[in-house]
Amino acid sequence: MRPPGRPKGEFRSAQHEGTPVSSVDYGFAADGATGPPPSSPPTTAELLAFIAHEACCLDEQRWSDWAALFAPDGWYWLPADSTHTDPLAQASHLYDDALLRRVKLQRLQSAQAHSQQPAGRCHHLLQLGQMRLHDAAGNRYELRTPFSYSELRAGRTTTLPGVAWHRLRVQDGALRIVLKRVDLLHAAEPLPAVEFYI
Amino acid sequence: MNAGTALDTSALVQPHQVHRDIYTSPAVFELERQRLWARSWLFAGHDSQLPQPGDYITTELNGQPLVMLKREDGGIALLHNRCAHKGAPLVTAPSGHAGRFLRCAYHGWSYRLDGSLLGVPLKTGYDDTAFGSCPAQGGLTPYGEVAVHRGFVFARQHSTGLSFENSMGELLQALDLLADRSPQGRLQVAGGVLRTRFRANWKIYLENVNDAFHPVTTHASVTQSAQAVWGTPPAGTPVPLPMQQLLPFASGYAFFEQMGARLLPHGHSVLGTQTSLHSSYSALGDHAQALQAAHGSARAQAVLAFAPQNVVFYPSMALKGAPQVMRVLRPQAADDTVLEAWAFQPEGAPAALLHSALLYNRQVFSPLSMVAHDDLHLFEGMQRSLAGDGNPWVSLHRGALAAADAPPPRDVSGIDEAVLRNQYHAWAQAMARP
Repeated sequence: MRPPGRPKGEFRSAQHEGTPVSSVDYGFAADGATGPPPSSPPTTAELLAFIAHEACCLDEQRWSDWAALFAPDGWYWLPADSTHTDPLAQASHLYDDALLRRVKLQRLQSAQAHSQQPAGRCHHLLQLGQMRLHDAAGNRYELRTPFSYSELRAGRTTTLPGVAWHRLRVQDGALRIVLKRVDLLHAAEPLPAVEFYI
Repeated sequence: MNAGTALDTSALVQPHQVHRDIYTSPAVFELERQRLWARSWLFAGHDSQLPQPGDYITTELNGQPLVMLKREDGGIALLHNRCAHKGAPLVTAPSGHAGRFLRCAYHGWSYRLDGSLLGVPLKTGYDDTAFGSCPAQGGLTPYGEVAVHRGFVFARQHSTGLSFENSMGELLQALDLLADRSPQGRLQVAGGVLRTRFRANWKIYLENVNDAFHPVTTHASVTQSAQAVWGTPPAGTPVPLPMQQLLPFASGYAFFEQMGARLLPHGHSVLGTQTSLHSSYSALGDHAQALQAAHGSARAQAVLAFAPQNVVFYPSMALKGAPQVMRVLRPQAADDTVLEAWAFQPEGAPAALLHSALLYNRQVFSPLSMVAHDDLHLFEGMQRSLAGDGNPWVSLHRGALAAADAPPPRDVSGIDEAVLRNQYHAWAQAMARP
C-alpha cells in the first residue's frame, strides 16, 4: 500500500515546488523567492551555522527565536513515512504552518500543559550537514542533516534518529526556513508521545 | 502460569465501580485475551486494502500474527501467518501481492490463496510416513469466522455467542452512513496509518474515547492556546480547517452534556447522538451535491448529519463519521498498547474529505499531537498510580441513579458514566464465561 518512493537522497515535495498538489488552500502563497536575490549570497559555512543555530534554539527552548527562523509562509513537516511526498493526501505526524506552530509553542508554555510538569527537555545531536542545493540566483538553498534526537520527559528518555531537510531562502536580509522536513527512521513505527519539535 | 486454578474476575466489576486489577494485572490481561478478545468480533482490515486476488496485508489480532488475503473467488481469507511445516511466516511485508499462491521462504512449501496446502518440494521423501494424516495437511489455519460489512472486515477467533449481525446490531448503520459518504457507497483506506505506543491499559484508552467529561480539564492547554492564537478576528473571517477542528474542544460542560450518548448491547456505544465537536465543520467542495445526486436528498441529509463524536465497536475499534477516521486498539500487555489512526477517502467524493481526515488524525491522534499529549500523559500516569496501594476502586458513579443500570439500548446524557459502566457490564459478562 506504500506509494512510489521518493528517489533516495532527494528532497522532494510537490507542495513546496510551487506546484499545488491539492485544491485545499491554507491561505499561504506558493513557495518561491520573495524579492530580489541578495547581493552577497550566504556561504556554505553560514548555512551550516544556521542549521546548528536552529537546533540550539529548540534545545534551549528559545521558542520565539526559533519561530522567527521561519519564513512567514514556511512549513514544518514530519511525515508518517519517509516515502511520503504529499503532506495533504498522506499521513503526517506534523504538518504545521505559522498558525499551528504558534498554537503548539504557546501550549508548551501553558501552565495548563500538565504533560510538561515537570518540564521536558530535548537534545539534538547533529551530524555535519551536506549542501544539496546552493542556488544563489534562485535564492534557494537546501541542506541534509542527519541527527539523533532525544527527549526527556517525566524521567523517561525517547531517542529517535533521523534526517532533517531544510529548504531556506534569504528574506528581509536573513536566512529563513521555507520548509523543514524531518524524516525519522521510526516514522512508520508506533511512537511514544514526542512533545517538542524535532 | 497456574493452569489448574482459573482466575476469578467476578469481584473486579461492581455495578458502579471497577477494581484497579482490571487495568494492572497481567493475569487478567491474559484471561481477557481468551475470554473477551478471542470471542469478540474484532476489526481486521478493510477490503479496499486488497483490490485484486492475491493481494495481502499482514496484521495482528489479539496478539497473533495473521495474513489477510483476497482469494481467487473474491472473498477474504484471514489466516495465521505460520507455515504448516515449521512455523515460518509466509509473508512479512506490511502489504503486497502474492500472485496465485503463497510460498514459504524457508523450505518452499506452497499454499493456495484460501490457505490450503498446494505443494511440498521433493514429496517422495514423505512416502511411507504419517505425513498424510498429520495436521500440516490442513494448510494454513484460519483465524476464525470472517464477516464483511460495507468493506469493513471483522473476525472472531472462537465461534461462540451471537452472529456478527446480532452482535453489531445498530452499529451496522454507522458503517452504512460512513460508507455512504461516498457517492458510490465505497470507502478507500488512504494516506497511511499513524501509530502510537503508550504504557497504559487498553481499557483506559477505550473508556476515554466516549468520555465527554474530560476535555474541559484535560485539554485546557490546547483549547486556551488555540483560542489565544486565533483571537477574535473580524466577523466573517473564514476559519481555516485546522482551527475548525481545534477550537470546538473549548466547549463547556453544558455542550458535552447535551451531546448525548447511546448505550448499545455488548459494550458498544455512540457518543454525540445530538451534536458533537464535529457538527459545525464547513461543507467540503461539492460533496453535498454529489451525495444528493447519488443517494437522493433524504439519504444525503442523513449521511451529512452523521457526525458523532465516536462510535465504539467494543472492544477493538472506534470511528467517526465526519471526518472519516477510525482508531484501532492493539493491546500488547496489561500496561502496553498500540493505537492506530486510519483515514478513509470516500470514492467519488472531493479529495478534501481525505485531507480533512488526515489533518484531524495528525492534530488529535498523532504521537506528536498536542491533544494526544494531554491524554497520554494522564493515561500513563494512571497506569503507574493505579498499581500503587491507594484506593483500589475506580468510581463510575456519575448518573448511576439506580442500584443497577437499565439494560441497553438506551440514551443518556453525553457525560453520564453509564457509557463506561456499559463497557464493564459487557466485560464482566465475557470474563465470567469459562
